[in-house]
Amino acid sequence: MNLSISLTVNGERRDVALDDPRVTLLDLLRERLHLTGTKKGCDRGQCGACTVLVDGRRINSCLTLAASLDGAAVLTIEGVAHGDTLHPVQAAFIAHDGFQCGFCTPGQIMSAIGLIAEGQAGDDPERIREAMSGNLCRCGAYAGITEAVLDAQHTLAAAEKGRAA
Amino acid sequence: MYEFKFHRPATVRQAANLLAKNEDAKLVAGGHTLIPVMKQRLASPPHLVDLSKVENLSGIEMKGRALSIGAMTTHADVAGSPIVGEAIPALAYLAGVIGDPAVRHRGTIGGSLANNDPTADYPAACLALGATIVTNKRRLKAEEFFAGLFTTALESDEIITRVTFPLPKKAAYVKFRNQASRYALVGVFVARRPSDVGVAVTGAGADGVFRVTAFEEALKKRFASKALEGLSVPADGLNADIHGSAEYRAHLIGVLAARAVDAANGK
Ligand SMILES: Cc1cc2nc3c(=O)[nH]c(=O)nc-3n(C[C@H](O)[C@H](O)[C@H](O)COP(=O)(O)OP(=O)(O)OC[C@H]3O[C@@H](n4cnc5c(N)ncnc54)[C@H](O)[C@@H]3O)c2cc1C
Ligand code: FES
Ligand code: FES
Repeated sequence: MNLSISLTVNGERRDVALDDPRVTLLDLLRERLHLTGTKKGCDRGQCGACTVLVDGRRINSCLTLAASLDGAAVLTIEGVAHGDTLHPVQAAFIAHDGFQCGFCTPGQIMSAIGLIAEGQAGDDPERIREAMSGNLCRCGAYAGITEAVLDAQHTLAAAEKGRAA
Repeated sequence: MYEFKFHRPATVRQAANLLAKNEDAKLVAGGHTLIPVMKQRLASPPHLVDLSKVENLSGIEMKGRALSIGAMTTHADVAGSPIVGEAIPALAYLAGVIGDPAVRHRGTIGGSLANNDPTADYPAACLALGATIVTNKRRLKAEEFFAGLFTTALESDEIITRVTFPLPKKAAYVKFRNQASRYALVGVFVARRPSDVGVAVTGAGADGVFRVTAFEEALKKRFASKALEGLSVPADGLNADIHGSAEYRAHLIGVLAARAVDAANGK
């Protein structure tokens, strides 16, 4: 059975013919589109390593069948920087030591970008931790991650203000 | 995951026909329960019927004095809805403490109810608030809908289309989370309804969600946490696992019910 879907991945239209409906968005990205930045940790929704944005919302790509996503816009870690200029969240993760081994980092960064866009966490570190709770870090870089999210949030808000002025 | 055929119907009727025609076919909504279960090979439906492109299954609106939520509405949409926040803030709060943000962006109210996980949150709200589960075939009262662990009154070709909640006078949900899984170790939903009181417990019952009639009777006389003093729930019939004994869960039910009543009273 052939299922065709059409997606926008990091701004580029991709038409995909799926020979098997079992393909998750995560496997589609990694195995077929060769975007291996998105990681597979648990493969069952518990760790957040596979977090990407679909239509602007952060989701676990390991639990989403690609065949369900016809017409969706997907943003992965490969799509957030502008050329050599890092996305402010990427830059903040480096500045605040928001990682050690880096395996969870693409998921953390995508989740943080989603969180900042949701605009719900404010300046409260406890609310940031709660809002990032779907992303586990086995290295325990949580303190740096929280600082990075707070910092990036300020940078993005300042940039937004600058644009509005 | 074992192989399956994938169907993408556009209407509820097409979806129901696909279920009726293909033995052991299953619906997939957010997939946040079904896909992991299939990956673990605990389920192997030969056909999946995808609800994501079916029209008129999501959305939130007031219908007279009741709040109506479409089956495919995600937990995040319920949590963030100004309509729910105004009508039943306790329900918006409940949706906002399900799992984590990524789970809430995909998981749906219909999937959660159809799954009837004994530690899921929505079943407690439905039972305490006296919700009606509307399907392509009939309207089921929450009371008749939940039928034990992972079991509901749904027939194999029945599809939840929406859930309606009559507005309570006051309500609150208090959840004691398992810190790792974030499911409810125990969750208690309390609702003061126009002519009734509902106290429903999730996470604790060996048969899934249940009402605590002794608490309800006491709260009908006086809707205050003091009314629950001296009352308790027997540990018989409660879950026991590595996270907590049946006695511990019984104790938590009393504590959380009192907190929920206080929260409903704005204390
Ligand atoms: C990491 C993680 C943490 C979670 N934490 C919580 C938590 O704290 N609290 C909680 O309550 N839940 C939690 N969940 C479960 C989550 O809320 C699920 O989304 C939900 O239980 C199932 O909804 P779904 O839309 O994903 O359904 P699916 O997985 O797509 O389907 C579940 C079942 O329902 C059936 N079904 C789906 N839609 C319908 C319909 N309209 N009519 C009839 N049958 C239907 C399917 O056939 C299937 O059998 C968690 C899940 C994960 C992965
Ligand atoms: S790999 Fe998807 S949540 Fe762990
Ligand atoms: S940096 Fe190693 S798992 Fe997070």
